[in-house]
Amino acid sequence: MATITATRDGVRQAAGQPVRRRPDRGFGTAGGHVVRTVLALFFGLPILFMLVSSLKPDDQIFADLSSPRAFLPVGDISLANYAEVFRTVPAWRFLANSIGISALTVVLGVLINSLAAFALTRMRWRGRGLVLTLIIATLVVPFETFALPLLWWANKLPWLVVQDGRPLWTFGWLDSYQVQIIPFVANAFSIYLYYSYLSTIPKELDEAARIDGANWFRIYRSIILPLAGPATATVAILTFLNAWNQFLWPLMSVQSEDLRPVMVGVQYFFQLDVAWGPMMAYATLITIPVLVLFLSFQRAFIGSIASSGVKG
Amino acid sequence: MSSPIAISSSAGKPGAGGSLRRARRAEARTARAFVTPAVVLLITFFFVPALLGFVLSLTNARLVSPQGPQFVGLDNFTRLFADPLFWKSLRNTVYFGLVVVPLQSGFALVLALLINARIRGINAYRAVYFVPVVTSIVVVSILWTFMYQRDGLVNHMLQAVSFNLVQGTDWLNDPATAMPAIIFMSIWQAVGFHMVIWLAGLQTIPGDLYEAAELDGAGRWQKFRYVTWPGLRATRSFILVTITIAALSLFSQIKIMTNGGPLYSTSTLVFQSVRAGYEQQQTAYASAISLVFFVLVLTVSLVQRFLTRDKD
Repeated sequence: MATITATRDGVRQAAGQPVRRRPDRGFGTAGGHVVRTVLALFFGLPILFMLVSSLKPDDQIFADLSSPRAFLPVGDISLANYAEVFRTVPAWRFLANSIGISALTVVLGVLINSLAAFALTRMRWRGRGLVLTLIIATLVVPFETFALPLLWWANKLPWLVVQDGRPLWTFGWLDSYQVQIIPFVANAFSIYLYYSYLSTIPKELDEAARIDGANWFRIYRSIILPLAGPATATVAILTFLNAWNQFLWPLMSVQSEDLRPVMVGVQYFFQLDVAWGPMMAYATLITIPVLVLFLSFQRAFIGSIASSGVKG
Repeated sequence: MSSPIAISSSAGKPGAGGSLRRARRAEARTARAFVTPAVVLLITFFFVPALLGFVLSLTNARLVSPQGPQFVGLDNFTRLFADPLFWKSLRNTVYFGLVVVPLQSGFALVLALLINARIRGINAYRAVYFVPVVTSIVVVSILWTFMYQRDGLVNHMLQAVSFNLVQGTDWLNDPATAMPAIIFMSIWQAVGFHMVIWLAGLQTIPGDLYEAAELDGAGRWQKFRYVTWPGLRATRSFILVTITIAALSLFSQIKIMTNGGPLYSTSTLVFQSVRAGYEQQQTAYASAISLVFFVLVLTVSLVQRFLTRDKD
C-alpha cells in the first residue's frame, strides 16, 4: 500500500500539484537556471520559428534566418500563407474529419474500455483471469507489427449500408470513416489504466448500492464512472492525442480526399514546388488545436503521461 | 480514503442458497456482456490480424486480388533474406535503436533531475520541454525538414554560434548525415515524454532517504548513485522498454523527411514493410517483414526484462 501511495504522490508532483515532501533542491542554483533556460530555448525556439514563419512570405523567412528576426513576428506579417493553404488543400474538410474521428474514438473508447474494466475489477465471473491475461498480452505488441495484415483484413470486413431505403451488406472497410475509428476504440492500455484506478475504489460502495437494489449498469454509471474522473481524463487525453496524430494507418487505408485526416494532408505540400510559408501555416493550423488543449489542461496532460508510466 | 458516499461495512448477502446462485449467475452474465464489446473489438482488430501476419507470410496474398491467397511455404522468407534492402533496413533500425535508447533515456533523466527542484517558474520550464511531445511527429518532421535545408535555420544557427567556423551540410540529402539528423530530431521531439515519467519515478523516492544520506556525509553524486538510481529501478525498466519499442517502430519521420533515402540510408523495417505491403500491394511479403520486426521487438524486450529483472 505504501508504494501505491508514493506512486500517486509522484504523479501528483509530476502534474504540478503540491506534495508534502520536500524534493531535492540540488539543482535550484543559478547554474541550474542557466541550463534550464538554454534548454527551454532548445525546445521552444523551433516551435516559435514555425509559428512566426507561418506569417511571413518565403523570401522574408529566408532573409530573416541569420538574425534573431527568425523568431520574431516582424516585417511583412500577414495571414496570406493561411489563405494559400485553404486555397490549395481542403483544410477545413481535413480538420472536420480529424475532429470527428478523434471525438468519436474518445467517446466510444471511454465507454467501452471503462465498462470492460468495471467488469474486470468489480464483478465475479469465470473467465475473468483469462480475459485479463489476453488484454495484458496485447500491451507489448506495437501496432506496426500487424498494420499490414490488418490492412488486408480490413479490406475483407463486412459493413451494413442503407441503399435506396434497404439494408445492404458491403465488403471492404478501406476508404471509410469506420476504418479510422473502430479499430482504435478498444484499447488494452486504456482498459489497464481504468483497471488500476477502479481497483482503488472501495468495493463497499457497490455492495451498499446492491442492497439498495441498484443493478450493475446503474452502479457503473452512477457510482463508479463519476468517481473515475482522473482515469477518464487520462484515457481521453491519450486517446485524443493518438487519434489526432494518426498518420501511418490513414495513409494506407484512406484514399479519398474527402475522408482524409489532417496529418495525411501534409503530403499535398510535398508534391509540387515546396512553398515553405504555406507549409508552416498548415503545420501550425493542425498543431494549434492540440496546443490550445495542452496549455489549458497542462496538469491533466502531464499527469496522464506520468500515470501511464507508473506501472510495475 | 475519504469518499462522498457513505460506506456500508457489512456486505449484504441474499438469504437462500438458490437465490444466491441465481444472483451469481446473473452477475457473471452481466459481466460478460460488459466485456464483450471490448473483447470482440480486440479479437477483430488485434488478435486476428496478428495471427494473420503469421499465416499470410506463408502465402502469396496481395492486398487486392481476384484470387485467394495460396500457400507458398517459406518463399517470402527466402526472398527476404536474400534482399540486400532488408539487411540495410534491419541495420538502420538497429542503429537508430542503439543510439536513441541510451541517449534519449539519459537526456530525459537529466531533464527530470533539473526539473525536480522546488523553485519558482518550474512549471513553465516543464511545459516548454513538453511542447514538442504534444506536437505531432508529422508536424515536427516537416518543421525540421525545413530547418535541415542547406540554407535552413540549423546551418544559420551553427554559423552564428561558431562565428562562421562551422559550415553546415545538406543534412537530409547526405547518406552520412541523414540518419543522425533524424535521430537528433526524434530525441528532441520525444524526450519530454520520458522526462515526465522519470519525474514521477523520482517523486516516489522518500525524502528521508536523502536526509539520511546527507547525515552520513554523502555528496551529490553519492546520493544519486546510492539513493536515486536504486530507487528508479521500476521506472528504469518501463522507460527502457517503451523507448526501445517506439524507436524500433520508426516510420513517420522517414516517410516524410527522406522517403528511405538517400541511397536507402534511412530505410527501416516498418518503412520497408509499408512500401511492400501498401505501395506494392504485396501483403504476404510485408507480413514476412512484419514478422521479423515482431521477433526483433520481442527478443529485445525479453532480453531487457531479463537484464533489469528483480534480483532479490
